[in-house]
Amino acid sequence: MFSNFPATPPQASSFSREHDLIFYALLALTVIFTVMVGIGVIYFVIKYKRGSDADRSRPIYEDARLETAWSVIPLILALIMFYFGTKLFITMRVPPADAQEIFVIGKQWMWHVQHSNGVRENNTLHVPAGKPFKLTMISQDVIHAFYIPAFRAQMHVVPGRYTTMWFTPTQPGKYHLFCSMYCGTQHSEMGGTVVVMEPREWANWIENGGQSQATLTLEQSGERLYKQLACNNCHGAEDNMRAPSLYGIWGKKRTLTGGRSVIADQSYLRESILRPHNKITNGYSNTMPVYDGQINEEDVLKLMAYIKVIGSSVGGPSSSGTDTAAAVLNGTKGKMSPFAANAIQYQNSSLRRVDSTPTTRSGELAVNAIAAQQEAKGN
Amino acid sequence: MSAIPADPNVTAVSATPRTETNYLNADWSIKSWLLTGDHKRIGILYLVTVSFFFFLGSIAAGLIRYELTAPAGFILESETYNKVFSAHGIIMVFLFLIVAIPAILGNFLLPLMIGARDMAFPRLNLLSWYLFMIGGACIMGGMINGGVDSGWTFYVPYSSMYANSNVTMVLTGIFIAGFSSITTGINFIVTTHKMRAPGMTWFRLPLMVWALYATGVVIILGTPVVAVTLLCIIFERVFHLPIFSAELGGDPVLFQHLFWFYSHPAVYIMILPAFGVQSELIANFARKRVFGYHLIAFSTLAIAGLGFLVWGHHMFISSESMYQGVVFSLISFLVAIPSAIKVFNWTATLYKGNIRLQTPMIYALGFIGLFTIGGLTGLFLGCLGTDVHLTNTYFIVAHFHYVMVGGAVTAFLGGLHYWWPKMTGRLYPESIAKWNAVLVFIGFNLTFFPQFIVGFMGMPRRYHYYYFAPEFQPYHIMSTLGSTVLALSFIIPGLYLTRSLTKGAKASANPWGAHGLEWETSSPPPTSNFLQIPVVLDEVYDFDPVTEHEQDKAAQALEVPSYLSNEAKSIESEKEKR
Repeated sequence: MFSNFPATPPQASSFSREHDLIFYALLALTVIFTVMVGIGVIYFVIKYKRGSDADRSRPIYEDARLETAWSVIPLILALIMFYFGTKLFITMRVPPADAQEIFVIGKQWMWHVQHSNGVRENNTLHVPAGKPFKLTMISQDVIHAFYIPAFRAQMHVVPGRYTTMWFTPTQPGKYHLFCSMYCGTQHSEMGGTVVVMEPREWANWIENGGQSQATLTLEQSGERLYKQLACNNCHGAEDNMRAPSLYGIWGKKRTLTGGRSVIADQSYLRESILRPHNKITNGYSNTMPVYDGQINEEDVLKLMAYIKVIGSSVGGPSSSGTDTAAAVLNGTKGKMSPFAANAIQYQNSSLRRVDSTPTTRSGELAVNAIAAQQEAKGN
Repeated sequence: MSAIPADPNVTAVSATPRTETNYLNADWSIKSWLLTGDHKRIGILYLVTVSFFFFLGSIAAGLIRYELTAPAGFILESETYNKVFSAHGIIMVFLFLIVAIPAILGNFLLPLMIGARDMAFPRLNLLSWYLFMIGGACIMGGMINGGVDSGWTFYVPYSSMYANSNVTMVLTGIFIAGFSSITTGINFIVTTHKMRAPGMTWFRLPLMVWALYATGVVIILGTPVVAVTLLCIIFERVFHLPIFSAELGGDPVLFQHLFWFYSHPAVYIMILPAFGVQSELIANFARKRVFGYHLIAFSTLAIAGLGFLVWGHHMFISSESMYQGVVFSLISFLVAIPSAIKVFNWTATLYKGNIRLQTPMIYALGFIGLFTIGGLTGLFLGCLGTDVHLTNTYFIVAHFHYVMVGGAVTAFLGGLHYWWPKMTGRLYPESIAKWNAVLVFIGFNLTFFPQFIVGFMGMPRRYHYYYFAPEFQPYHIMSTLGSTVLALSFIIPGLYLTRSLTKGAKASANPWGAHGLEWETSSPPPTSNFLQIPVVLDEVYDFDPVTEHEQDKAAQALEVPSYLSNEAKSIESEKEKR
């Protein structure tokens, strides 16, 4: 109703409902007692205001029964609230045996999260809905506190000792993550986002080493771009009347109109993508559109990587080019899981430090392309 | 109805016998003030200095509120912001709240209320003010010379190993100011035991005295612990003595146990005297004996005792054991009961009373409302399950401001107005003061109620920025708007009270028609308090609402303003004698 003006935090964990029930019960008690006392005060003030003719005879100064009543009734109510609060607290403190462990390190002023299979993230926490997680936490410097309001979960993160908290997220979405224990200058900015995902989505995420999709190799992105730009409409598997096939042209000698010839190397391919009219293959007319200014250098590199493998000689003379190309393009599935690939690449990475994030990896070549290149060098 | 100062009769009545010397005009020299042993003068010295610190702390509060109006702040760097909220907390807790009611009103009133000529140890009393001033100077020195950014709680290892600010000097100041508390506490206890007037038995004592006595006990038991703890931080910070810091081999959670062992009872140092003031105001302005006098007296002692057994409720999520949490939570729920009893008893006191809605009473009624909310929201935090979510958020900020500002400051203002004629011999303008009391109530609720909501939503305390959570902003804007109203309602009394010192009508010995030994001596009292030590024959709240009402009626029939009934009678009897 008040979507722009919320007054309650979202409920996103298995504790949220129970917590809020206790909270609202206490709120009801607060309102009832405050209204009771308020009405009492106002009524008495009006009735017994100076000069009013109210009956003031036989005033009461002590009344054991009355005083016992208003000592015992609040006591009973307090004990009831104590019972429910303690019950929830014990639930919050004792993680179930099947809770998956996540490690959290706090330091001025960021959170490092390490999932049990090695995926790391900073200032974010990705978890699936419906699965219990236990966080084992420690601080590198001062006391912090890991606080997810939507989960109603909060715990100090102390140097020199492990603390734990657990929760079962229930509602997919993005929620605040705060450091709630004052920890110095940038205390208010030590936080981030808790992302609760659908279980399947999260399974992909954790498989892919902390990315929502497996990282595409340069060749794979090239292939996608090749289709997006509709290069394949003209440049098919075979030469046709509109355009020559690009399959296997990498490193080959091309004859141009006018009789000149040129080796199909990187600079030739780049020029022919961006300014095709400069060097037209013998037997074809100048019909290809100019891509100069239409695509950027990164896209050129991707296209070139694809063109290299569709006419691949990387496997050497003995192997068939197209097979290798297929292996390169689809090989990730057969040879190793994308997660494993990323993990190896992560280990090779010079960025393998505690505070490096997996997201910095996006510009690098994926491992299978590196493998292919190394193989090519070997030959 | 009750525009006391505007009425010429009051001046006429009070002016005649007030030519004699009193504690204020006995000696005008500065030396006589700085070397005084008079508890009343020491109370005034405290009033002046504590008001100054309150002013400084309020400026810090205003800066915080202004800065929080925007999600990314306006004028402060994060580092400065942290120093500002630390300054606000440290000044308000150590230099205002702990001192305000005990050292100002307590010092002034305790001997008067029990019929003594002074405190048991007048020179110790003066020493306490000097310690307070030295401590205050160290704290201010540390804040001016670079500031301190560790918050008033000084959690280690941040304060001992990581903070680059002036922690050592400020801690030294708090350490010294602590001894000022201790000397005051000793004086309260010994004075109450040994200096009561003949006939002033324990159960004839005003409830304010019970409250000050309980406060003295809490001060003496708690303050040495925090003094030693803060000294440990200084040793770790300066000499790297391994006590609290994990990297040196210490235990940071140990600090929290020691700190809260004092700092939770410190809450009672702030609120118990407020309960005392409250009981006085309610009884005197309802013209009725406090309902359940014994229960209020004993619940005061119960709170003082149980208050030492609940420190762990500040640490439910700090890695203390789950079972510890359960025990501390249970005791915290139990300590809520004596507070609830007090609220009910004050309300019941109004029943069949003869209620005068003068300024102090409006503060007292406001206190009942605000303290009820403040106390009940404490249950949310003593309750384990909800504390996990609410602790360290603005909910806790709102809660303790309801207790500390809504409770202690409201009671302080009410008490200050009530005893102002006694302290200064002057009356303040009643109608402005009345409306201002209502303004305090409104401004206070506007400021702090939104903080409950934004705290429940998850806004952590001590946050400078919240640009990543813009949904918090409306509540911060509301709170800041409210705080301007609240600020105004603190400035106005500062002005009219100061003005009343010279322009206010002279007060009679008992302008309220209140009961209590302090009203039986002149306003302001002579240096020796009583020309003759009174003999107490009955308990302090020996009101009779029925007779008073009849007197009112009779007075109205004579067309004398009803609030002057007692005085009018005395004038007439004097005339008859002549």
